[in-house]
Amino acid sequence: MGEQKNVGIVIVSHSAKVAEGAADMVRQMVGDSVPLAAVGGNADGGLGTDVGAIVGAIDKAWSEQGVAILVDLGGAETNSEMAVEMMPEERRERIVICNAPLVEGAVMAATEASGGSSLDAVRATAEELMGG
Amino acid sequence: MADGGEIGMQDVKAHALLTNEVGLHARPSVKLTQLAKRFESTVEIAIAADGPWTDAKSPVKIMRVKAAKGETLFMRANGPDAEEAVRALVELVNRKFDEE
Repeated sequence: MGEQKNVGIVIVSHSAKVAEGAADMVRQMVGDSVPLAAVGGNADGGLGTDVGAIVGAIDKAWSEQGVAILVDLGGAETNSEMAVEMMPEERRERIVICNAPLVEGAVMAATEASGGSSLDAVRATAEELMGG
Repeated sequence: MADGGEIGMQDVKAHALLTNEVGLHARPSVKLTQLAKRFESTVEIAIAADGPWTDAKSPVKIMRVKAAKGETLFMRANGPDAEEAVRALVELVNRKFDEE
């Protein structure tokens, strides 16, 4: 028990607007008890994802309990994997990329995280969405 | 006394009418889940007195319950803080999830 920091959530979309909107939904529905960062768009401001920006988002949402990343399409996942590989080794095992829809997954993962759940539990809740 | 070994560990039950406009919609579901997670006891809800029961600590499952305004939400809890849990849930529903 006690107030320990909750698992952080990172939202990675090809679109800055989607990322921002998904983060807005998490904030409004779940509140501010979960570290949250959202990134979208490539370095030129177009649609795409940027490894450096994802690294920055992981840093921003970092929690000793770990970070769960929610992604949209293919490149978001591969670039997120690359971003994880660029993180310090002791952090890598505490970062997971969830196999879940971006918006619903982010809200569900954040809800689970807000109750102080472990990284495994947060990921399981997000991925439960894929179970039909 | 047939189930479990511990004396006093039996279901605490209650129910409350959903009077908020949207019923157990997305945001109320999140609030209910967050509240349920604060308790050690198992906490479940249902839209009929005899179930089926849904784990109130699971946001994904609660989101799928889809109870509307005018429906009755049944709660049951089992554990050391079961009474507090059920009372808190009833109060949340009666407060219209603090949304109105």
